[in-house]
Amino acid sequence: MSDSKALDISNLHAGYGETEILKGINLSVKSSEIVAIIGPNGAGKSTVVKSVLGLLNVISGNISLNGENIVGIAPDKAIKLGISYVPQTHNIFPNLTITENLEMGAWTRTTGISERIDEMFELFPDLKVKRNKVAGSLSGGQRQMVAMAKALMVDSKIMLLDEPTAGLSPKFQAEIFRTIKRINKNGVPILLVEQNAKQALETADKGYVLVDGSNKVEGTGKDLINDRNVARMFLGSKD
Amino acid sequence: MWETFGFEFVNFYLIPGLVLGCIYALGAIGITLTFSILRFANFAHGEVMMIGAYFTWTAMILSNDLFGVPLHPLVAAAPAVILAIGLFILVDRYFYKPFRSASTIRVVMASFGMMLIIRSFVQAVWGPNQLTFVPGIAKPNEMVKNLTASIDMMILVPNKHFWIIAGTLIIMLALSWLLTKTKIGKGMRAVSDSPELAKVSGIDVEIIVKATWFVGGFCAVAAGVFLAMDLQMLETTMGFRMLLPMFAAAILGGIGRPFGAVIGGLVIGLAEELSVYPWFGNGSLISPGYKTGVAFTIMVIMLVIRPSGLFKGRLF
Repeated sequence: MSDSKALDISNLHAGYGETEILKGINLSVKSSEIVAIIGPNGAGKSTVVKSVLGLLNVISGNISLNGENIVGIAPDKAIKLGISYVPQTHNIFPNLTITENLEMGAWTRTTGISERIDEMFELFPDLKVKRNKVAGSLSGGQRQMVAMAKALMVDSKIMLLDEPTAGLSPKFQAEIFRTIKRINKNGVPILLVEQNAKQALETADKGYVLVDGSNKVEGTGKDLINDRNVARMFLGSKD
Repeated sequence: MWETFGFEFVNFYLIPGLVLGCIYALGAIGITLTFSILRFANFAHGEVMMIGAYFTWTAMILSNDLFGVPLHPLVAAAPAVILAIGLFILVDRYFYKPFRSASTIRVVMASFGMMLIIRSFVQAVWGPNQLTFVPGIAKPNEMVKNLTASIDMMILVPNKHFWIIAGTLIIMLALSWLLTKTKIGKGMRAVSDSPELAKVSGIDVEIIVKATWFVGGFCAVAAGVFLAMDLQMLETTMGFRMLLPMFAAAILGGIGRPFGAVIGGLVIGLAEELSVYPWFGNGSLISPGYKTGVAFTIMVIMLVIRPSGLFKGRLF
């Protein structure tokens, strides 16, 4: 069971309205894995995440969560099924306190909310001290923690992270990647979209390189780091 | 000192200013909530205040004529609140919701049309002329008068003003509880903060929209009835005349800040009344005819120097 496919995407074509951005994506996340999607701007990295969540038009293809087809699902239903989604920007409610942010993440839950909040404060001890502060007053790194904790308030079957380290200082970036590993150790499979390719691949068990709406290269994180083409394209290597 | 300065200032300017401020505050709460949660300026808000007052008056008349039971306006307002909230929700479902995914200006125009429809409806049903809401002269509360006179600071405050100020305070406390302690209230603040994130957090936005009309409708009827109690009469333009100062109050407090709207309402109400006080010499500072200009001036100054309002509201 531990290595069944949590998320399986096959031959996915999707886009905004009639514009096709994803042209046949194949990707899977096993239930113990961290999977990273890297690629240049405009390759459709975020589009993959958004189509899983039902935020845009899936033209054809399959998306299944633990074997259940979820193509065309409404976003609130997707959240209820246990998809923890952290958008790239505007991912917290700035005028709500940290605790209130977590409560909003638990909107679709009916039981065990306060227990889950306690679990989140164990996972993110920094947030516990500031629980009654409004989230808008926190630093960028801490906001990202709030966003992740808020997303994890559902019974997470998978976590989707859209560029979690964008705009953060290197110190916070490292902290975020450590947190991602910690969340994964707690049993949550993770699909991560990243610009920060090197660190993402170091963290991930598996990586996909997306170019122009389809996957060009895939492999374990280590393999991709050592792949000369990938290195030249994304990791700033000169040779 | 009291005789020459305080008596006139407190009784004829300060208390009426506070009362007017309470009415603006209640109306501005609905405006600021709709503006921040549904993202449009609801021009029909004043008309819901007005029709709420007409419903209340009708309930008072019916109760008196059919059962011989005279009702206090605040009791008769209960069915009016239900009708007004129902009206808001129906209007939203059939006139605003179809435009919601399009540009905001269409919803604003729809609300402008709704304003004219509601006012014409009231004119057709109740007639275009003024109606007496509560007859007679409002006498000052004897207890307060005697108590304050005994310490040489006589305050003349009619019961109707008591009800208005106390009622506003109670509604404020209830609203504060709703917004900070209940799931639905926190959800309203969340949608106001970021509707996109609310959607991808699994928050049921439709429920939040209904709750917004519920709270907005309740406060609007309260404001309309308080206004009718204060003026002791009803007319079909009473809501429309409140619209500008209520918008000014919402902007002054910061869009999306219900408590900002309350402060904004009180400031505008007091500023309007105190602007005609004879601060210098014997004549009023500005001619009473320009009173309504005060709200407009405050709104324009605020939009120029600090468009986010006193409490850092949303910018559009």
